[in-house]
Amino acid sequence: MMVRKISQSVGRAINQVNQARTAALLLSLSAWTTAQGAQVVGDMPGGPKVHQLNLIEPATAIARDQHWIHNFVMVICLVIFVAVFAVMFFSILKHRKSKGAKSASFHESTAVEIAWTVVPLLIVVGMALPATRMVVEQKDTSGADITIKATGQQWKWGYDYLKGEGEGISMYSTLTTPQEQIDNLAPKSQTYLTEVDEPMVVPVDKKVRVVLTANDVIHAFYVPALGIKQDAIPGFVRDTWFRAEKPGTYRGYCAELCGKNHAFMPIVVEVKSAEDYKTWVDDRKKAMAALADDPSKEWQLAELTARGEKVYAGNCVACHQASGAGVTGAFPALKEDKVVLGPQEGQIKVLLNGQGQGMPAWKQLSDVEIASVITYTRNAWGNKAEDNIVQPSEVAAARK
Amino acid sequence: MSAVLDHHGHADHAHDHPHGLRRWLFATNHKDIGTLYLWFSFAMLIVGGLNALLLRAELFEPGLQIVKPEVFNQLTTMHGLIMVFGAIMPAFVGFANWQIPLMVGAPDMAFARMNNFSFWLLIPSALLLVGSYFAPGGAAAGGWTMYAPLSLQMGPGMDMVIFAVHLLGASSIMGSINIITTILNMRAPGMTLMKMPMFVWTWLITAYLLIAVMPVLAGAITMTLTDRHFGTNFFNAAGGGDPVMFQHIFWFFGHPEVYIMILPAFGIISEIIPTFARKRLFGYPSMVYATSSIAILSFIVWAHHMFTTGMPATGQLFFMYATMLIAVPTGVKVFNWVATMWRGSMTFETPMLFAIGFIFVFTMGGLTGIILSVAPLDIQLHDTYYVVAHFHYVLVAGSLFALFAGTYFWLPKWTGHMYDEGLGKFHFWASLITFNLTFFPMHFLGLAGMPRRYADYAMQFADFNAFVSVAAFGFGFSQLIFLWAIIKCIRGGKPATAEVWEGSHGLEWTVPSPAPFHTFETPPTVK
Repeated sequence: MMVRKISQSVGRAINQVNQARTAALLLSLSAWTTAQGAQVVGDMPGGPKVHQLNLIEPATAIARDQHWIHNFVMVICLVIFVAVFAVMFFSILKHRKSKGAKSASFHESTAVEIAWTVVPLLIVVGMALPATRMVVEQKDTSGADITIKATGQQWKWGYDYLKGEGEGISMYSTLTTPQEQIDNLAPKSQTYLTEVDEPMVVPVDKKVRVVLTANDVIHAFYVPALGIKQDAIPGFVRDTWFRAEKPGTYRGYCAELCGKNHAFMPIVVEVKSAEDYKTWVDDRKKAMAALADDPSKEWQLAELTARGEKVYAGNCVACHQASGAGVTGAFPALKEDKVVLGPQEGQIKVLLNGQGQGMPAWKQLSDVEIASVITYTRNAWGNKAEDNIVQPSEVAAARK
Repeated sequence: MSAVLDHHGHADHAHDHPHGLRRWLFATNHKDIGTLYLWFSFAMLIVGGLNALLLRAELFEPGLQIVKPEVFNQLTTMHGLIMVFGAIMPAFVGFANWQIPLMVGAPDMAFARMNNFSFWLLIPSALLLVGSYFAPGGAAAGGWTMYAPLSLQMGPGMDMVIFAVHLLGASSIMGSINIITTILNMRAPGMTLMKMPMFVWTWLITAYLLIAVMPVLAGAITMTLTDRHFGTNFFNAAGGGDPVMFQHIFWFFGHPEVYIMILPAFGIISEIIPTFARKRLFGYPSMVYATSSIAILSFIVWAHHMFTTGMPATGQLFFMYATMLIAVPTGVKVFNWVATMWRGSMTFETPMLFAIGFIFVFTMGGLTGIILSVAPLDIQLHDTYYVVAHFHYVLVAGSLFALFAGTYFWLPKWTGHMYDEGLGKFHFWASLITFNLTFFPMHFLGLAGMPRRYADYAMQFADFNAFVSVAAFGFGFSQLIFLWAIIKCIRGGKPATAEVWEGSHGLEWTVPSPAPFHTFETPPTVK
């Protein structure tokens, strides 16, 4: 308990010193950056502060534990570091030939050697004890109020509310930072690269279990303020949990290299009060009911291509590119592609089942979405397929 | 054959070896092969360094300026592979070739022609690695760890990397067999195992580690290859495989691998500190036992690289405890070095400066290693810049600084000239300062949550990144001082005596400087 108190106050002191020192140390650097014409950057709401030196302000008990044990281990390491190098630098100053030092002849001491084997061992045991309790707590995903499946895919997250309030809600969460900002054609916002269209919304003070998997390669679900990082592994299900202590927005990242847009699939978790969460769930459910497409409707070409363009922008553009030209050597072009121009059954099959290592199956999309995106590709970029319109009913038939 | 027999027992072999290209292409002399290894690794250090500088240039400010994200990933991948397999490992083998026969009093390495082969295998693998940039789709971009299933998505660049790593593995295994055989069978009469220099001890242990784990890596990448081309499903979940199995196999190689890159460094430091402290190494037997314990423990800690894959609590606990244990023997080594310096009579020539710099900065990397070993905390820090900072503290300030220290230490023996002390010191201070300016701020970025292998990042990380990028260029250019010092020393300088250093000890200092082409044809006797 004593140690815990000491290390907490040391942690606070470090933070205060850090703030003062950062301000002074980096003032010149910021001034220089500002002079370069970049806009003044403020702290990110729900993310890192400018020049942050320590872990992000915790929003869960687990993240607070991580702070504590970081301070605890850090203090021990600093004490060891200072002690060892005080001895070494004292020796460097005193025992130098230029000061007439004559070398001693000792070269072993069983007592000393046993001491500096046993003492570090005890210190390490002292660190392992609190860490053990934390591991057990972090791994305990039982008794969750809400279970959400998060699916990583190149390069966005999908959230499906599996259990608890909000069950049945499902959405994709993609980066909203405009390409112009990334290409330096527009000023960058405060939440550059950490903003999404659909954040994961959860209620405050409820145990949320996040079940993770992936569609293509390994991704990792990392939200620093919540103290969680868990890999999302294709074909396997892993889980983690958090209980947010106050409402707010918490920003995170994909933390496992997952291909070219690894840096562009952030995570945003929005924690709402119980009432706000209920309102959100109700609105969602209504919107979902309104959006459901009539399965037997016969669609017009213009309607389908308009819808398909949106589906393409949301799902296909990362690999096949807005120009339909793909990426040479990695992702094939759709422009003048023989499957796209060929019989529609072939293209429907590729979308439903995937192809090779690169193209995943897209069967989670609705019939309307698949029909419209196929229709779009058959009419875009100068493509003129003979079979240029695919109806949702045809996709539905192909699923059987 | 007759030519060789004619010269049997001849003392004047130095004038009797092939010249020009044949000398190097058909080299069987351990010194020539050592030289080849060292120049090769320096060339790869420059190539890998250029990769790193391109990365840092892109990361100088938020937004994409210089390279596209897919090229960025290729650069991170190749930087890692080239530095680990092209620069650090061959450099230590170069030291082994030059020094082990000289230090154990053997005339050459045990298998001279295999020695030649294991060097020349490096050239095609380097060409494959660097050439993969020109493959369709570019070089491999899945990180030096080559995690499946991302590695299954790559173009032919990935296959080139797989072949390159196979060749490098074969080369390492042959090199290790050679080193083990030389050390166990060709020591001078009287040199018992517990009288061997520490550098020889650390290399003996390292060679066993290499033989144990390089085949494991070969297995992992062969499975990747057959998954990619021959329809197997080792790592493809849709076919019943397990992507995480790749990580288990890779890190079963990968963790001993990091000790492969640091144990010979410990050996070099253990030679240098006593020389310049003019005092015997403190606790020699405990150094040997500590090195062996580190090697043994290295086989049971691999999954600490995988705390976030979602292993059960018992798994996390086991790997956390085992990892923390490594702090104990590593601590023993640091304490022994400091105790060796204690009440010595120290001077501070460049090798000693680099050795002290090594102890100081490597220990910082060791301490962040303890912080990372705490599994519940590693959940925050895994795959962030904190990890990048940590492993550059142990690999750059650790392995690379030890290589610099060893180069300045033995360079007079190799060339026959003293290097320029002023240049050496300039190189040391420039490297030490720019190294810390480059990698220290990365701890802050990591704590604040910046993930590694990101081509672009949030605005709040901008200033530290700009600072790091500028410092990285400083560190990169500081290495040109090293090249300058080496070339200057090869071309001339104050002639070196046989002992070179006042406090020198060991058989290598009993032969003239430069060491003649053939040494110890008649084995010396060790008391």
